[in-house]
Amino acid sequence: MNTDNYDALKTIIKIYLPEDVSVDDITPNSHLINELNINSANLVDVVLDVEDHFDITIEDDEIEKMDTVASALEIISQKVAK
Amino acid sequence: MSKQRVVITGLGVCAPNGVGISAFTEAIKKGISGIRFQQELANLNFGCQIAGQPEIPDGLLEKYFTPLQLRDLEATGITYGMIAGVDAWNDAGLSVTDKETVDYDSGIIFGTSLLGVEKFRKAIYLTDEGKVKRLGSTTVIQTMASGISAYLGGYLGCGNQVTTNSSACTTGTESILMGYDRIVNGYAKRMLVGGCNDAGPYIWGGFDAMRVLNKKHNDQPEQGSRPMQSDASGFVPGSGAGALVLESLESALERNATIYAEVLGGAVNSGGQRQSGSMTAPNSNAVQCCIKDALQDTTVNPNDIDTINGHLTATGMCPTEIKNWSEALGRSGDNFPYINSLKSMTGHCLAAAGSIETVATILELQYGMVFGNSNCNDIHPDITAIVAENKIPNKTIFRDIQIAAKASFGFGDVNCCMLFKKFNS
Repeated sequence: MNTDNYDALKTIIKIYLPEDVSVDDITPNSHLINELNINSANLVDVVLDVEDHFDITIEDDEIEKMDTVASALEIISQKVAK
Repeated sequence: MSKQRVVITGLGVCAPNGVGISAFTEAIKKGISGIRFQQELANLNFGCQIAGQPEIPDGLLEKYFTPLQLRDLEATGITYGMIAGVDAWNDAGLSVTDKETVDYDSGIIFGTSLLGVEKFRKAIYLTDEGKVKRLGSTTVIQTMASGISAYLGGYLGCGNQVTTNSSACTTGTESILMGYDRIVNGYAKRMLVGGCNDAGPYIWGGFDAMRVLNKKHNDQPEQGSRPMQSDASGFVPGSGAGALVLESLESALERNATIYAEVLGGAVNSGGQRQSGSMTAPNSNAVQCCIKDALQDTTVNPNDIDTINGHLTATGMCPTEIKNWSEALGRSGDNFPYINSLKSMTGHCLAAAGSIETVATILELQYGMVFGNSNCNDIHPDITAIVAENKIPNKTIFRDIQIAAKASFGFGDVNCCMLFKKFNS
Protein backbone atom coordinates (compact mmCIF):
# COMPACT_ATOMS: atom_id res chain seq x y z
CA MET A 1 0.00 0.00 0.00
CA ASN A 2 1.25 3.46 -0.93
CA THR A 3 1.41 5.30 2.40
CA ASP A 4 1.53 8.73 0.75
CA ASN A 5 -1.76 8.00 -1.00
CA TYR A 6 -3.22 6.56 2.21
CA ASP A 7 -2.31 9.65 4.22
CA ALA A 8 -3.68 11.93 1.52
CA LEU A 9 -6.95 9.99 1.41
CA LYS A 10 -7.26 10.15 5.20
CA THR A 11 -6.82 13.92 5.06
CA ILE A 12 -9.54 14.13 2.41
CA ILE A 13 -11.95 11.91 4.36
CA LYS A 14 -11.41 13.68 7.68
CA ILE A 15 -13.81 16.57 7.09
CA TYR A 16 -16.64 14.17 6.15
CA LEU A 17 -16.46 12.19 9.39
CA PRO A 18 -19.32 12.72 11.83
CA GLU A 19 -18.44 14.13 15.27
CA ASP A 20 -18.30 10.71 16.93
CA VAL A 21 -15.79 9.24 14.47
CA SER A 22 -12.13 10.20 14.77
CA VAL A 23 -9.53 10.25 12.02
CA ASP A 24 -7.68 7.62 14.10
CA ASP A 25 -10.61 5.25 13.52
CA ILE A 26 -9.71 5.05 9.84
CA THR A 27 -8.06 1.77 8.80
CA PRO A 28 -7.49 0.36 5.31
CA ASN A 29 -10.44 -1.98 5.83
CA SER A 30 -12.86 0.73 7.02
CA HIS A 31 -16.16 0.83 5.13
CA LEU A 32 -16.80 4.47 4.25
CA ILE A 33 -20.54 4.47 4.92
CA ASN A 34 -21.15 1.56 7.29
CA GLU A 35 -18.12 1.99 9.58
CA LEU A 36 -16.93 5.58 9.19
CA ASN A 37 -20.58 6.76 9.04
CA ILE A 38 -19.95 9.13 6.17
CA ASN A 39 -23.26 10.46 4.84
CA SER A 40 -23.87 8.64 1.55
CA ALA A 41 -24.76 11.95 -0.13
CA ASN A 42 -21.23 13.17 0.64
CA LEU A 43 -19.54 10.31 -1.27
CA VAL A 44 -19.82 12.36 -4.48
CA ASP A 45 -17.90 15.14 -2.72
CA VAL A 46 -15.21 12.73 -1.53
CA VAL A 47 -14.80 11.62 -5.14
CA LEU A 48 -14.49 15.24 -6.34
CA ASP A 49 -11.83 15.91 -3.70
CA VAL A 50 -9.94 12.75 -4.71
CA GLU A 51 -10.10 13.78 -8.38
CA ASP A 52 -8.76 17.24 -7.55
CA HIS A 53 -5.98 16.03 -5.27
CA PHE A 54 -4.65 13.23 -7.50
CA ASP A 55 -5.53 14.93 -10.79
CA ILE A 56 -7.48 11.91 -12.01
CA THR A 57 -11.00 11.21 -13.26
CA ILE A 58 -13.13 8.56 -11.60
CA GLU A 59 -15.99 7.08 -13.60
CA ASP A 60 -19.45 6.34 -12.18
CA ASP A 61 -18.99 2.55 -12.24
CA GLU A 62 -15.73 2.97 -10.33
CA ILE A 63 -17.42 5.08 -7.64
CA GLU A 64 -19.68 2.13 -6.89
CA LYS A 65 -16.60 0.01 -6.15
CA MET A 66 -15.11 2.58 -3.75
CA ASP A 67 -16.83 1.20 -0.64
CA THR A 68 -13.78 0.85 1.63
CA VAL A 69 -10.61 2.86 2.12
CA ALA A 70 -8.58 0.06 0.55
CA SER A 71 -10.76 -0.20 -2.56
CA ALA A 72 -10.58 3.56 -3.00
CA LEU A 73 -6.78 3.41 -2.73
CA GLU A 74 -6.67 0.66 -5.32
CA ILE A 75 -8.61 2.74 -7.83
CA ILE A 76 -6.44 5.77 -7.06
CA SER A 77 -3.17 3.86 -7.54
CA GLN A 78 -4.36 2.39 -10.86
CA LYS A 79 -5.29 5.84 -12.12
CA VAL A 80 -2.17 7.59 -10.86
CA ALA A 81 0.06 4.93 -12.45
CA LYS A 82 -1.39 5.59 -15.92
CA MET B 1 -60.68 22.98 22.62
CA SER B 2 -60.28 26.66 23.37
CA LYS B 3 -57.78 28.64 21.33
CA GLN B 4 -54.25 28.64 22.65
CA ARG B 5 -52.69 32.00 23.52
CA VAL B 6 -49.38 32.53 21.74
CA VAL B 7 -46.37 34.37 23.09
CA ILE B 8 -42.90 35.24 21.86
CA THR B 9 -40.12 33.71 23.92
CA GLY B 10 -37.06 34.09 21.69
CA LEU B 11 -35.60 36.64 19.29
CA GLY B 12 -32.73 36.47 16.82
CA VAL B 13 -31.54 38.86 14.16
CA CYS B 14 -28.86 39.22 11.52
CA ALA B 15 -29.46 42.71 10.19
CA PRO B 16 -27.39 45.17 8.15
CA ASN B 17 -27.16 47.42 11.23
CA GLY B 18 -26.60 44.75 13.86
CA VAL B 19 -25.84 41.04 14.10
CA GLY B 20 -27.29 39.66 17.34
CA ILE B 21 -30.06 41.13 19.48
CA SER B 22 -27.90 43.35 21.69
CA ALA B 23 -26.06 45.03 18.77
CA PHE B 24 -29.34 45.43 16.89
CA THR B 25 -31.13 46.91 19.93
CA GLU B 26 -28.35 49.49 20.31
CA ALA B 27 -28.52 50.27 16.60
CA ILE B 28 -32.25 50.95 16.51
CA LYS B 29 -32.13 53.00 19.71
CA LYS B 30 -29.34 55.19 18.33
CA GLY B 31 -30.39 55.24 14.69
CA ILE B 32 -27.29 53.46 13.43
CA SER B 33 -27.41 52.81 9.69
CA GLY B 34 -26.42 49.52 8.08
CA ILE B 35 -26.37 50.92 4.57
CA ARG B 36 -22.97 51.06 2.92
CA PHE B 37 -21.43 51.77 -0.46
CA GLN B 38 -21.01 48.54 -2.42
CA GLN B 39 -18.00 48.61 -4.74
CA GLU B 40 -19.24 45.45 -6.46
CA LEU B 41 -22.46 47.20 -7.54
CA ALA B 42 -20.45 50.15 -8.85
CA ASN B 43 -18.19 47.81 -10.84
CA LEU B 44 -21.30 46.28 -12.39
CA ASN B 45 -22.77 49.67 -13.42
CA PHE B 46 -25.72 49.57 -11.06
CA GLY B 47 -27.70 52.79 -10.79
CA CYS B 48 -28.03 52.20 -7.03
CA GLN B 49 -24.60 51.38 -5.58
CA ILE B 50 -25.58 51.27 -1.90
CA ALA B 51 -27.17 48.41 0.02
CA GLY B 52 -27.75 46.91 3.42
CA GLN B 53 -25.82 43.74 4.18
CA PRO B 54 -25.04 42.21 7.59
CA GLU B 55 -21.38 42.34 8.61
CA ILE B 56 -20.47 38.92 10.00
CA PRO B 57 -17.56 39.02 12.47
CA ASP B 58 -14.66 36.63 11.76
CA GLY B 59 -15.03 33.29 13.46
CA LEU B 60 -18.75 33.69 14.20
CA LEU B 61 -19.97 31.15 11.65
CA GLU B 62 -18.17 28.25 13.36
CA LYS B 63 -20.86 28.47 16.05
CA TYR B 64 -23.60 27.71 13.55
CA PHE B 65 -22.07 25.40 10.96
CA THR B 66 -19.82 22.34 10.86
CA PRO B 67 -16.45 22.71 9.07
CA LEU B 68 -17.88 20.60 6.24
CA GLN B 69 -20.95 22.85 5.87
CA LEU B 70 -18.76 25.95 5.94
CA ARG B 71 -16.37 24.68 3.29
CA ASP B 72 -18.59 25.52 0.35
CA LEU B 73 -21.34 27.60 1.92
CA GLU B 74 -22.27 30.19 -0.66
CA ALA B 75 -25.92 30.87 0.18
CA THR B 76 -25.85 34.10 2.16
CA GLY B 77 -29.53 33.65 3.02
CA ILE B 78 -28.72 30.40 4.81
CA THR B 79 -25.86 32.10 6.65
CA TYR B 80 -28.09 34.93 7.87
CA GLY B 81 -31.07 32.66 8.58
CA MET B 82 -29.03 30.20 10.64
CA ILE B 83 -27.56 33.00 12.78
CA ALA B 84 -30.99 34.52 13.45
CA GLY B 85 -32.81 31.21 13.85
CA VAL B 86 -30.33 29.47 16.13
CA ASP B 87 -29.94 32.66 18.20
CA ALA B 88 -33.72 32.89 18.68
CA TRP B 89 -33.84 29.25 19.79
CA ASN B 90 -31.02 29.76 22.29
CA ASP B 91 -32.55 33.05 23.45
CA ALA B 92 -35.75 31.14 24.24
CA GLY B 93 -33.74 28.83 26.47
CA LEU B 94 -34.54 25.86 24.26
CA SER B 95 -31.98 23.16 23.68
CA VAL B 96 -30.83 21.30 20.60
CA THR B 97 -31.99 17.68 20.71
CA ASP B 98 -29.45 14.87 20.88
CA LYS B 99 -28.79 12.59 17.92
CA GLU B 100 -31.53 10.12 18.78
CA THR B 101 -34.29 12.54 19.82
CA VAL B 102 -36.83 14.34 17.64
CA ASP B 103 -38.86 17.24 19.08
CA TYR B 104 -42.28 16.64 17.49
CA ASP B 105 -43.81 19.59 19.33
CA SER B 106 -41.53 22.14 17.65
CA GLY B 107 -41.66 23.23 14.03
CA ILE B 108 -40.19 25.80 11.65
CA ILE B 109 -41.71 28.16 9.10
CA PHE B 110 -38.83 30.17 7.73
CA GLY B 111 -39.36 32.07 4.50
CA THR B 112 -37.17 33.37 1.73
CA SER B 113 -37.35 34.71 -1.80
CA LEU B 114 -34.48 33.28 -3.85
CA LEU B 115 -31.94 31.21 -1.96
CA GLY B 116 -28.31 30.55 -2.81
CA VAL B 117 -28.11 32.62 -6.00
CA GLU B 118 -24.28 32.71 -5.82
CA LYS B 119 -24.26 28.91 -5.56
CA PHE B 120 -26.78 28.62 -8.39
CA ARG B 121 -24.70 30.89 -10.62
CA LYS B 122 -21.68 28.60 -10.24
CA ALA B 123 -23.84 25.54 -10.86
CA ILE B 124 -25.16 27.08 -14.07
CA TYR B 125 -21.64 27.75 -15.37
CA LEU B 126 -20.47 24.21 -14.53
CA THR B 127 -23.57 22.67 -16.09
CA ASP B 128 -23.15 24.69 -19.28
CA GLU B 129 -19.53 23.56 -19.48
CA GLY B 130 -20.69 19.94 -19.40
CA LYS B 131 -19.29 19.43 -15.89
CA VAL B 132 -22.50 18.59 -14.08
CA LYS B 133 -20.71 16.07 -11.84
CA ARG B 134 -18.71 18.97 -10.36
CA LEU B 135 -21.88 20.33 -8.73
CA GLY B 136 -21.27 17.96 -5.81
CA SER B 137 -23.85 17.28 -3.13
CA THR B 138 -24.39 20.83 -1.83
CA THR B 139 -25.93 22.57 -4.86
CA VAL B 140 -29.44 21.30 -4.25
CA ILE B 141 -29.56 21.93 -0.51
CA GLN B 142 -28.23 25.47 -0.84
CA THR B 143 -30.46 26.48 -3.74
CA MET B 144 -33.79 24.90 -2.82
CA ALA B 145 -36.02 27.56 -1.27
CA SER B 146 -36.59 25.34 1.77
CA GLY B 147 -32.82 25.04 2.29
CA ILE B 148 -33.06 27.48 5.19
CA SER B 149 -35.77 25.61 7.07
CA ALA B 150 -33.91 22.35 6.31
CA TYR B 151 -30.61 23.64 7.73
CA LEU B 152 -32.39 24.96 10.83
CA GLY B 153 -34.45 21.78 11.25
CA GLY B 154 -31.37 19.61 11.13
CA TYR B 155 -29.47 21.76 13.60
CA LEU B 156 -32.31 21.94 16.14
CA GLY B 157 -33.95 18.53 15.69
CA CYS B 158 -37.48 19.86 15.05
CA GLY B 159 -40.08 17.24 14.19
CA ASN B 160 -43.24 19.29 13.68
CA GLN B 161 -43.93 21.03 10.35
CA VAL B 162 -40.65 22.27 8.82
CA THR B 163 -41.25 24.43 5.77
CA THR B 164 -40.47 27.63 3.90
CA ASN B 165 -43.03 30.23 2.83
CA SER B 166 -42.54 32.71 0.02
CA SER B 167 -44.64 35.79 -0.68
CA ALA B 168 -42.10 38.38 -1.81
CA CYS B 169 -41.71 41.26 0.67
CA THR B 170 -44.58 39.94 2.81
CA THR B 171 -42.72 36.67 3.51
CA GLY B 172 -41.21 37.50 6.91
CA THR B 173 -44.46 38.77 8.40
CA GLU B 174 -46.52 36.01 6.83
CA SER B 175 -44.32 33.33 8.44
CA ILE B 176 -45.27 34.70 11.86
CA LEU B 177 -48.98 34.44 11.12
CA MET B 178 -48.52 30.91 9.74
CA GLY B 179 -46.62 29.76 12.83
CA TYR B 180 -49.13 31.49 15.09
CA ASP B 181 -52.01 29.66 13.38
CA ARG B 182 -50.33 26.30 14.03
CA ILE B 183 -49.98 26.96 17.74
CA VAL B 184 -53.42 28.54 18.14
CA ASN B 185 -54.98 25.42 16.66
CA GLY B 186 -53.01 23.10 18.89
CA TYR B 187 -50.90 21.53 16.11
CA ALA B 188 -47.59 22.62 17.65
CA LYS B 189 -46.28 23.95 20.96
CA ARG B 190 -43.42 25.96 19.53
CA MET B 191 -42.69 27.38 16.08
CA LEU B 192 -39.49 29.04 14.97
CA VAL B 193 -40.63 31.62 12.41
CA GLY B 194 -38.93 34.28 10.36
CA GLY B 195 -37.43 35.07 7.00
CA CYS B 196 -34.09 35.47 5.31
CA ASN B 197 -32.85 37.00 2.09
CA ASP B 198 -29.64 36.53 0.13
CA ALA B 199 -27.44 39.55 -0.57
CA GLY B 200 -25.68 40.55 -3.75
CA PRO B 201 -26.00 41.85 -7.28
CA TYR B 202 -28.00 38.91 -8.64
CA ILE B 203 -30.69 39.53 -6.03
CA TRP B 204 -30.73 43.30 -6.32
CA GLY B 205 -30.16 43.66 -10.09
CA GLY B 206 -33.76 43.08 -11.10
CA PHE B 207 -34.92 45.89 -8.82
CA ASP B 208 -32.27 48.21 -10.24
CA ALA B 209 -33.56 47.39 -13.74
CA MET B 210 -37.13 48.21 -12.63
CA ARG B 211 -35.86 51.66 -11.56
CA VAL B 212 -37.36 51.30 -8.09
CA LEU B 213 -34.05 51.83 -6.24
CA ASN B 214 -32.62 55.15 -5.04
CA LYS B 215 -29.76 56.21 -7.34
CA LYS B 216 -29.18 59.64 -5.78
CA HIS B 217 -27.21 58.83 -2.65
CA ASN B 218 -24.33 56.66 -3.83
CA ASP B 219 -21.93 59.07 -2.15
CA GLN B 220 -24.03 59.32 1.05
CA PRO B 221 -25.09 55.75 1.75
CA GLU B 222 -26.44 56.39 5.26
CA GLN B 223 -28.77 59.04 3.91
CA GLY B 224 -29.97 56.82 1.07
CA SER B 225 -33.01 55.19 2.64
CA ARG B 226 -35.65 57.89 3.09
CA PRO B 227 -39.09 56.47 3.95
CA MET B 228 -41.79 59.18 4.30
CA GLN B 229 -39.30 61.92 3.33
CA SER B 230 -40.54 64.48 0.81
CA ASP B 231 -37.85 63.58 -1.75
CA ALA B 232 -38.02 59.78 -1.36
CA SER B 233 -37.34 58.38 -4.80
CA GLY B 234 -36.65 54.69 -4.41
CA PHE B 235 -35.72 52.06 -1.87
CA VAL B 236 -32.27 50.84 -0.88
CA PRO B 237 -31.93 47.05 -1.24
CA GLY B 238 -31.05 45.03 1.82
CA SER B 239 -30.57 41.49 3.07
CA GLY B 240 -30.36 39.55 6.32
CA ALA B 241 -32.68 37.56 8.55
CA GLY B 242 -34.95 37.88 11.55
CA ALA B 243 -36.36 35.09 13.71
CA LEU B 244 -38.84 34.64 16.54
CA VAL B 245 -39.74 31.68 18.71
CA LEU B 246 -43.52 31.52 19.06
CA GLU B 247 -44.84 29.35 21.84
CA SER B 248 -48.15 28.49 23.45
CA LEU B 249 -48.57 30.47 26.66
CA GLU B 250 -49.07 27.17 28.45
CA SER B 251 -45.72 25.82 27.26
CA ALA B 252 -43.92 29.08 28.02
CA LEU B 253 -45.28 29.21 31.58
CA GLU B 254 -44.46 25.54 32.12
CA ARG B 255 -40.85 26.19 31.13
CA ASN B 256 -40.78 29.44 33.08
CA ALA B 257 -39.54 31.11 29.88
CA THR B 258 -38.96 34.83 29.41
CA ILE B 259 -41.98 36.21 27.56
CA TYR B 260 -41.25 39.19 25.32
CA ALA B 261 -44.77 39.82 24.06
CA GLU B 262 -48.03 38.21 23.10
CA VAL B 263 -49.02 37.60 19.48
CA LEU B 264 -52.64 38.74 19.36
CA GLY B 265 -53.14 37.56 15.80
CA GLY B 266 -53.34 39.04 12.35
CA ALA B 267 -54.59 38.71 8.82
CA VAL B 268 -53.32 37.97 5.35
CA ASN B 269 -54.93 38.70 1.99
CA SER B 270 -54.34 39.70 -1.61
CA GLY B 271 -55.68 42.59 -3.64
CA GLY B 272 -56.09 40.27 -6.61
CA GLN B 273 -54.08 42.68 -8.79
CA ARG B 274 -57.39 44.42 -9.42
CA GLN B 275 -58.59 48.01 -8.81
CA SER B 276 -55.45 50.02 -7.84
CA GLY B 277 -53.46 46.77 -7.41
CA SER B 278 -51.04 45.21 -9.89
CA MET B 279 -48.14 42.78 -9.86
CA THR B 280 -45.99 45.48 -8.24
CA ALA B 281 -48.46 47.88 -6.57
CA PRO B 282 -50.87 47.16 -3.71
CA ASN B 283 -54.61 47.46 -4.06
CA SER B 284 -55.38 50.02 -1.34
CA ASN B 285 -58.82 48.55 -0.68
CA ALA B 286 -57.19 45.20 0.09
CA VAL B 287 -54.54 46.80 2.31
CA GLN B 288 -57.26 48.48 4.37
CA CYS B 289 -59.27 45.26 4.42
CA CYS B 290 -56.21 43.34 5.69
CA ILE B 291 -55.65 45.83 8.54
CA LYS B 292 -59.36 45.72 9.45
CA ASP B 293 -59.36 41.91 9.33
CA ALA B 294 -56.41 41.88 11.74
CA LEU B 295 -58.35 44.15 14.12
CA GLN B 296 -61.40 41.93 13.87
CA ASP B 297 -59.39 38.73 14.40
CA THR B 298 -57.79 40.14 17.52
CA THR B 299 -60.78 42.18 18.75
CA VAL B 300 -58.37 45.08 19.23
CA ASN B 301 -59.96 48.51 19.25
CA PRO B 302 -58.11 50.60 16.61
CA ASN B 303 -57.74 53.40 19.16
CA ASP B 304 -55.66 51.11 21.37
CA ILE B 305 -52.83 50.74 18.84
CA ASP B 306 -49.88 52.70 20.22
CA THR B 307 -47.42 52.36 17.38
CA ILE B 308 -47.15 51.08 13.82
CA ASN B 309 -44.05 49.62 12.23
CA GLY B 310 -44.96 50.25 8.61
CA HIS B 311 -43.89 48.70 5.33
CA LEU B 312 -42.80 52.18 4.14
CA THR B 313 -40.06 51.42 1.60
CA ALA B 314 -39.41 54.94 0.25
CA THR B 315 -40.45 54.26 -3.34
CA GLY B 316 -42.97 57.09 -3.34
CA MET B 317 -45.79 54.86 -2.07
CA CYS B 318 -45.39 55.98 1.56
CA PRO B 319 -48.19 58.61 1.43
CA THR B 320 -50.57 55.97 0.03
CA GLU B 321 -49.65 53.57 2.83
CA ILE B 322 -50.21 56.26 5.48
CA LYS B 323 -53.61 57.08 3.97
CA ASN B 324 -54.52 53.37 4.09
CA TRP B 325 -53.54 53.06 7.76
CA SER B 326 -55.46 56.24 8.58
CA GLU B 327 -58.64 55.11 6.83
CA ALA B 328 -58.48 51.53 8.14
CA LEU B 329 -57.94 52.65 11.75
CA GLY B 330 -60.17 55.73 11.52
CA ARG B 331 -57.40 57.81 13.07
CA SER B 332 -55.51 60.89 11.90
CA GLY B 333 -53.69 64.03 13.02
CA ASP B 334 -52.71 64.00 16.70
CA ASN B 335 -54.84 60.91 17.21
CA PHE B 336 -52.76 58.83 14.78
CA PRO B 337 -50.49 56.22 16.44
CA TYR B 338 -46.72 56.63 16.32
CA ILE B 339 -45.30 55.26 13.09
CA ASN B 340 -41.82 54.36 11.92
CA SER B 341 -39.90 52.47 9.28
CA LEU B 342 -36.88 50.34 10.10
CA LYS B 343 -35.95 50.48 6.42
CA SER B 344 -34.51 53.96 7.04
CA MET B 345 -31.61 52.13 8.79
CA THR B 346 -31.47 48.74 7.08
CA GLY B 347 -32.82 49.31 3.59
CA HIS B 348 -35.48 46.96 2.33
CA CYS B 349 -34.44 43.46 3.36
CA LEU B 350 -37.02 41.90 1.00
CA ALA B 351 -38.15 38.46 2.24
CA ALA B 352 -36.38 39.12 5.55
CA ALA B 353 -37.90 42.60 6.00
CA GLY B 354 -41.06 41.60 7.87
CA SER B 355 -39.19 39.39 10.31
CA ILE B 356 -36.35 41.84 11.07
CA GLU B 357 -38.91 44.63 11.44
CA THR B 358 -41.07 42.51 13.73
CA VAL B 359 -38.04 41.82 15.93
CA ALA B 360 -37.63 45.62 16.15
CA THR B 361 -41.32 45.95 17.01
CA ILE B 362 -41.06 43.42 19.83
CA LEU B 363 -38.01 45.30 21.18
CA GLU B 364 -40.13 48.47 21.17
CA LEU B 365 -42.71 46.71 23.36
CA GLN B 366 -39.98 45.33 25.61
CA TYR B 367 -38.15 48.62 26.15
CA GLY B 368 -41.18 50.92 25.92
CA MET B 369 -39.84 52.89 23.01
CA VAL B 370 -40.54 54.00 19.47
CA PHE B 371 -37.32 53.93 17.49
CA GLY B 372 -36.60 57.05 15.46
CA ASN B 373 -36.96 57.35 11.71
CA SER B 374 -33.65 58.25 10.09
CA ASN B 375 -33.52 60.62 7.11
CA CYS B 376 -36.99 61.89 7.90
CA ASN B 377 -36.66 65.57 8.76
CA ASP B 378 -38.76 66.88 5.86
CA ILE B 379 -41.84 64.68 5.78
CA HIS B 380 -43.80 64.39 2.56
CA PRO B 381 -46.65 66.98 2.60
CA ASP B 382 -49.22 64.33 1.68
CA ILE B 383 -48.25 62.55 4.90
CA THR B 384 -48.29 65.60 7.17
CA ALA B 385 -51.74 66.34 5.75
CA ILE B 386 -52.88 63.12 7.47
CA VAL B 387 -50.56 62.59 10.46
CA ALA B 388 -49.23 65.05 13.05
CA GLU B 389 -45.45 65.36 12.66
CA ASN B 390 -44.78 64.41 16.28
CA LYS B 391 -46.22 60.96 15.52
CA ILE B 392 -43.29 60.34 13.16
CA PRO B 393 -40.32 60.69 15.55
CA ASN B 394 -36.89 61.13 14.00
CA LYS B 395 -35.19 60.28 17.30
CA THR B 396 -36.03 57.36 19.54
CA ILE B 397 -38.62 58.25 22.17
CA PHE B 398 -39.57 56.28 25.27
CA ARG B 399 -43.27 55.71 25.87
CA ASP B 400 -45.47 53.05 27.42
CA ILE B 401 -46.22 50.92 24.35
CA GLN B 402 -48.91 48.28 24.93
CA ILE B 403 -50.05 47.34 21.43
CA ALA B 404 -48.02 47.51 18.22
CA ALA B 405 -49.01 46.80 14.63
CA LYS B 406 -46.73 45.51 11.89
CA ALA B 407 -47.66 45.15 8.25
CA SER B 408 -45.83 44.11 5.09
CA PHE B 409 -46.92 44.32 1.47
CA GLY B 410 -45.36 42.38 -1.39
CA PHE B 411 -45.17 41.95 -5.15
CA GLY B 412 -48.09 39.88 -6.34
CA ASP B 413 -50.36 42.29 -4.41
CA VAL B 414 -50.12 40.32 -1.14
CA ASN B 415 -50.54 41.79 2.34
CA CYS B 416 -50.08 40.73 5.94
CA CYS B 417 -50.82 42.62 9.16
CA MET B 418 -49.95 41.43 12.68
CA LEU B 419 -50.78 42.81 16.12
CA PHE B 420 -48.58 42.32 19.19
CA LYS B 421 -49.17 43.20 22.84
CA LYS B 422 -46.84 43.76 25.72
CA PHE B 423 -47.18 40.69 27.96
CA ASN B 424 -48.77 41.42 31.28
CA SER B 425 -49.04 38.31 33.40
